[in-house]
Amino acid sequence: MIVDVSACVGEYPFRFLDARREPAWLLTQMDRLAIDRAWVGHLPSILYKDPAAGTAELLRAVQPHADRLVPVPTIHPGLPGWEDDLNVASLAGAPAIRVYPMQQGLDPAGSAMRVIVAAAGAIDMPVMLTVRMEDLRQRHPLDAATDMPASAIRALARSDVQARLIVLNADRPMLEEVHFGLTDEEARRVLWDIGWLWGPPEDHLRLLIETVGIGRFTFGTGMPLRIPDGAFAKVDLLDLTDADRAAITGGNLSRWRAG
Amino acid sequence: MLIDVHAHFYTERSPRADWREVNRRRIEAGARIGITTHVASILGTWGARSPTYFPSRDDVEYANEALLEIMREYPGVVAGYCVVNPNFPEHAREQLERRIDAGMIGVKLAASRRADDALLDPIAVIAAARHCPILHHVWQHRRRDWPGQDASDAVELASLARRHPDATFILAHIGGGGEWSHSLRALRGQDNVVVDLSGSGIDTGMLEQTIDEVGAQRIVWGTDLTMDTGWAKLRYLASLRLTESELASITYRNAQTLFPAGAFDDR
Repeated sequence: MIVDVSACVGEYPFRFLDARREPAWLLTQMDRLAIDRAWVGHLPSILYKDPAAGTAELLRAVQPHADRLVPVPTIHPGLPGWEDDLNVASLAGAPAIRVYPMQQGLDPAGSAMRVIVAAAGAIDMPVMLTVRMEDLRQRHPLDAATDMPASAIRALARSDVQARLIVLNADRPMLEEVHFGLTDEEARRVLWDIGWLWGPPEDHLRLLIETVGIGRFTFGTGMPLRIPDGAFAKVDLLDLTDADRAAITGGNLSRWRAG
Repeated sequence: MLIDVHAHFYTERSPRADWREVNRRRIEAGARIGITTHVASILGTWGARSPTYFPSRDDVEYANEALLEIMREYPGVVAGYCVVNPNFPEHAREQLERRIDAGMIGVKLAASRRADDALLDPIAVIAAARHCPILHHVWQHRRRDWPGQDASDAVELASLARRHPDATFILAHIGGGGEWSHSLRALRGQDNVVVDLSGSGIDTGMLEQTIDEVGAQRIVWGTDLTMDTGWAKLRYLASLRLTESELASITYRNAQTLFPAGAFDDR
């Protein structure tokens, strides 16, 4: 089963997405590429002052396609009563939540982040962290959020023994700096999507599979901001065994959640 | 046939010990993707002895010679752009004449000088006379200076292209960083500039808008530093509503027209 953990629906404030904002576009691409299921975030919620309203929009959008589109609500842990939003996510069957400290104006390793990571970990809910939405060089002048720092991801992974993180859109230096800055036990609680890792000739993904281990990787396309073929091209260029391919495209995620 | 119009190789003078491996992986991944010809350049010594985007005369000379060696090692598989530094006009002229005579099929201008600078004029004249396209490094919408380069954007490249209607320019890596939609606006009506699709960027909408703005006849396919993203764009292109002829134009026919006659005949 191929599971895309890095998909979204909705408008993006800095770029016109046209029909690509709709679940229908997502499903068309999933059909084209045989993606069975997508964990779906809500792009506008990234900048909503209170993303709880965005969660309602997200749930409405994915509900008609519940067999394939799984909601991943966004939570702002700096708001009073964010615990209620975590409950809403849990009751909606969300497999994870998204938090965007860089866009929400939070210290990415501060107390609010540590508390929500611990609270989500206590109910076996991974927190998804997005290193970057777009390449630094192309951002809108008002898109001033910096990339999520590696030090913050290390700090969050170390902050609670139940913390579970899925990190999206990390590049090789970020991944290495975090992974080798954690104990084995801490590193096992972090999963990385392959979406931003370079293939050949630099072959960062191949190297990382050797050095970090294939079990740390999962599959993310970045739709609708990025074309989904990128993640598949990276995997195809690795010439993996069927078992290793299945591990990256969904097996690792499944085992990690069960473990 | 699949022509990658934007490839690079490294040499023993690169500041990286794995240069041979990287070159080998480009050839191997190219075979996997189906690339029949890599049209490549070497940017001096990649910073080892002079800056990548401001190469010394010696490094220009060395890089062009090294690429000719790689072309001889992979006949028909690797073709070459002659790299020049426009700050050394006489050296640039000499390199162009000699390297094109030796079999190079294009000119690579990186970021030693802005594209609209008058120092580029004699280079464009030679390129046009030899029917060699100029692949010009472009920062898509440069809003400020970036370290290590006098990067140009599409407005500046279009200015050069207007002065040289007989020359052909390839706007490098529309996915290579910066705001691509800015470049596409700047190229409206500038028919002697074609767009190379390379770069690590795989934004949705980029390919669709490039096709809408400049048309399939002004697009060429390439990879640059990330072959996976090049392949991704190739695969996504196939999912768009292009005719077979339009797809063939992007993947090789346009390149066959842009480069000197017969450049890809043995593939």
